[in-house]
Parts: sequence; C-alpha cells; structure tokens
Amino acid sequence: MIIDLENFIEIERPYWDELEKLLARFAQTDAKKTIDDAQRLHYLYERTSSDLNKLTTFASEPETRRYLETLVARAYGEIHAGRFRGHTFRPLHWFFKTFPRTFRKHVKAFQLILLITFAGCLFGWFAVQLDPEAKAVLLPFGHGERDARERVQREEEAFAEGDDRLAGHKAQFSAMLMTHNTRVSITAMALGASWGLGTIILIFYNGVIMGGIVFDYVSSEQTEFLIAWLLPHGSIEIPAILLAGQAGLVLGAGIIGWGKRISLRERMREIAPDLVTLIGGVAVMLVWAGIIEAFFSQYHEPVLPYEIKIAFGSIELLALIYFLARAGAGDDKEDDNVS
Amino acid sequence: MSAERQNTLRIRTPEGVEFAHLLAGPIPRAMAWTIDAFVMATLFLAVMFLGLFEALLGADAMIAFMFLIIFAIQLGYAIGQEWLWNGQTLGKRVLKLRVVDSHGLQLQFNQVVIRNLLRFVDALPILYFVGGITTLLNRSSQRLGDLAANTVVIRNHEPKQPNLSRVLSGKFNSLRQFPHLTARLQQRVSPREATIALQALLRRDEMESTARIELFTTLAEHFKELVKFPEEITEGISDENYVRNIVDVLFNSRKKANGN
Repeated sequence: MIIDLENFIEIERPYWDELEKLLARFAQTDAKKTIDDAQRLHYLYERTSSDLNKLTTFASEPETRRYLETLVARAYGEIHAGRFRGHTFRPLHWFFKTFPRTFRKHVKAFQLILLITFAGCLFGWFAVQLDPEAKAVLLPFGHGERDARERVQREEEAFAEGDDRLAGHKAQFSAMLMTHNTRVSITAMALGASWGLGTIILIFYNGVIMGGIVFDYVSSEQTEFLIAWLLPHGSIEIPAILLAGQAGLVLGAGIIGWGKRISLRERMREIAPDLVTLIGGVAVMLVWAGIIEAFFSQYHEPVLPYEIKIAFGSIELLALIYFLARAGAGDDKEDDNVS
Repeated sequence: MSAERQNTLRIRTPEGVEFAHLLAGPIPRAMAWTIDAFVMATLFLAVMFLGLFEALLGADAMIAFMFLIIFAIQLGYAIGQEWLWNGQTLGKRVLKLRVVDSHGLQLQFNQVVIRNLLRFVDALPILYFVGGITTLLNRSSQRLGDLAANTVVIRNHEPKQPNLSRVLSGKFNSLRQFPHLTARLQQRVSPREATIALQALLRRDEMESTARIELFTTLAEHFKELVKFPEEITEGISDENYVRNIVDVLFNSRKKANGN
C-alpha cells in the first residue's frame, strides 16, 4: 500500500527514466553493453515491476500505470528473449550446413511429400492414358493442346534453321521463372496452415501434371527429348517445390501437434526457424533453376546434343542428393538459423 | 493470459507482474494495409519508370531487373520494415499499430518472415478474405500468419494526459479538507471508474439535459457509496459538482506530483 502517492512517484521516477534510457541503449544493435548494464537492467526491471504492482490499485494514476506497463513490457521482452544481437548471420554456413541439416531433421515430411507426388504422377499418367481428352484439362502451359511429337519436331526444326525464339528474352524469362516458382513454393509452404491439407492438394496436383506430361512424351516416343528438356532445370526445380511442400507439412504438423504435449505457441516457436531455413533454401535453388531453364534447358538438338543436357542434369541431381544427404553432417551442432 | 475474447492481451510475467496490450481489430489493420498497398503501388510505378532507362542495361536485362525488383518489393516490403522498425510498417506507423510477440517477448526475424509469407494464404481468395475471417474468429484477432508466427497486432497509442483545465476550473474543492478520506477514495476507485467520471465531465455539454442530470446522479451516488464524506460537505453541492470534485481529487494529485 502506498501512503503518500506523490512522494512515491517523486522517488521512483528517476529509476523509470533510467530504465527507459537503458532500454533505448539496448535497442541499438551496435551499442556496447556490459555485464554491469545487464545487471542494472534486471534491477530496474524488477523495481519498476514492483512499482507497477503497487500502482495498479490507484485510480488516480491511469496514465502513469499505462506508462509503467509499457516500460515493463519492453524490459520484459529485452530480458527474456534477446534478438541474438552480435550473432552474425553467415550465408554460406547457413546454406551449405544449416539448410541440409534442417532438411534431414524433417526428412519424414519430405518422404511423405515424395509419396504424394508419386501418387499424383500415377494419377496423371493413368488419367491421360485412359482419357486423352483429360490432357487439355490437366496439363498447363499449352502441353495439353499440342501433340508432344509435333512440339518436339517444331522445336528441333526451329533450332536447325537457327531460329532462337528466346533470343532477346532470356533474362526476363529467367526472372519470370524464378519469381513464379518462388511464389508457388511459398504458397505450398503457407498452405500448410490448413493443417497441411492445402499443401497436400497442391503437391498432388503438381504430381498429376508431371505424370500427364511424362505419359504424353513417353507415349509419343519422345522420352529422350523429355529427359533432356526437363532434367537440367527440373533436377533442381522439382526438388525445390517438394522441399517447399516439406515445409508445408512441417507447418501443418506443428499446427496439429501430434504426440506433442506442448502448446501450439511452443510448437510454432520450435519449428519457425526451420520453416524460414527451408523456404530460404528453396528460393536459392529456384534462382539456379530459373537461370538454367532460360539459358540451357530450352536449347535442343541440333544446337545442344541431348547427351550433354542429360549428363549435366544427372550431375546436378546427384550433387543435390549428396548435398541434402551429407552436407553439414556431423561436424558441429551449431545451427545458423535466421533468427 | 486471459481466455475470454476481448480487445486486450494480458501478459503475466514470471515475476507476477501483469501488463496489457490493446489488440488491433480488423478495420485499423485493413486501413494500415491499404496505406502499405498504396506505398507499394507507388514503388512499383517508380520501378516501371526505370524501364525508360533500358539503354543502361538493354531491354531484356532491364525487364528482368524490374521483374525481380517488383517481386522483392512484394515480398520484402513488410518483412524489411517490420524487422527494422520493430514490428511496424509505414501503414502501421500511421495507424499506431505494432506487431509484437504474443508472449510479450521480443519479435524475432523468423516470426516476421513467417507472418508475412503466410499472407499468401491469408490473402486468398481475394482481399484477405481468409485472414479477415480468421481474425474475426480468433480471440486475439490473429490471422493465420499471426497464429503460425506467434504474433499479435496491438494498438501502440501513447497515453495522453487528459485536458483537466476544461472540467476543473480551479474552484474550491471541499473534499480536500479531508485528506484521509481523499486518500481512501484514491485507493477504492478503480481506474475504469475514474475514467468514466472524467469522460462524463469532458462530454457533459454534448448531453441532453435530463440524461446529463441522471448520469451525474448515478455517478455521484456510486462514489458516495465508495467513500462517505461528512454530510455537511455533500449536501450543499449538486451531483455534477460532486463528481467534478471527485475527478479533481483523483486526477489532480498526479499533476502536482509530476510538476506539470
């Protein structure tokens, strides 16, 4: 109980002012802070908290109470969860170590995404096989309206005549692919908020498209063209989309919370750095895939032999598998999540 | 933290101290977003203007550059500002809103990224329909992005000093003759009751005369029940003047203490 309110405020105000100044200093990332500063901050926080408790019952001090609440809230945030200031983000370490480690940490979600994609592929394959009319509905980007054999023939003839239809547009095509695919990946991840269902539907549909396209080319005996066209960029782009789906399932599982006796807030706090790492890694992969698709994949025989394209794509795929399976394994436990 | 649906997020620290944040509803948030959308549209126009200088990079590279810059603005506008300005974008600054951690802890970069990436779902199918519905259904007015990132959007109003000179014209206050009773009054009146009395005085000229008399009668009776001042003091003054004296006792002690 405060007997003399005026006197109480007069005595305590210098401490509140000091806390406010100290908090402003702590908010500056480059300001030097010592152990003494931290101890003083803790003392002032406890003292101000105590003042707030004493003032809470006083009707005459709503503004002072609100001011102290703001001060205590800021100090509480500062003391209980620092921003890891001084922890420098190392992009190379993050990409080459943290990212693959995070992938492996949630590898079951990736395996599930692979299964869903495979199921989608089978569906797409059989849908187009059983009902060729379905091609026009299922396959985007004009694949459904054109015969695969006709398309390959037209592409090869154009290159034989020296007609590069992407001449003067490669950079913008590449940028368009990067941004479009990144947007799709973020959507795949974000749809995980629907308990993972949205992600599953999106990834399944992605599989349906792939299955339909593959059947179309294989049944038209254009398998070599398909592999040569798809592998150089697809070996990175398709896994990137699957990794985004993996992030979506991680998010969905976090929301559902199977077998975890912690609250939704704690579960989300636990997976948040992993989600950001996965989607960040996916974005980097898609930049590479966008460049390759615009500047390499769209060139066919006779300009670029299919063997070279297939070899290049195969090397990429093997390197990616090795990277995700082995990179950053065992050498340290320190993660460099973006925090 | 409180469980009922409300416009306040109450946080109790391990030290037993409780503080509150006023939650922002969907309307001010939509207004802040509209301002941000306008700013982004202006930035897009500025990027389009760059297209006029295609000779610098060549047409193809310039269009690619514009593609990437526009995408970076779409994605990075809110992330960058909320991180650098501690939970605020330009729109939120104007509307005095702020994104904070739902536990009162400091906002982490991960949280900023996740709540903004999940806009892709909150914005579905158009104009933040999913996010808007979620905000209305959620007791802390959180959209999906906020739920996933453990964040809430609060109203960041600075407490303002009430203009007491309008209602307290320096008249003699008979209640002040009894300091022990005024001290008791300060302890027994809740902040909510004090604010109601102050607001009644501030808005008294806007009221219809009968309603004004009824309101001040109710208020005066209520305060008389809380602390009983001697009858010779209370009998001679109107209910409105009695409430005015109560507000003077409740609010003016702080003015003296602060020296302003």
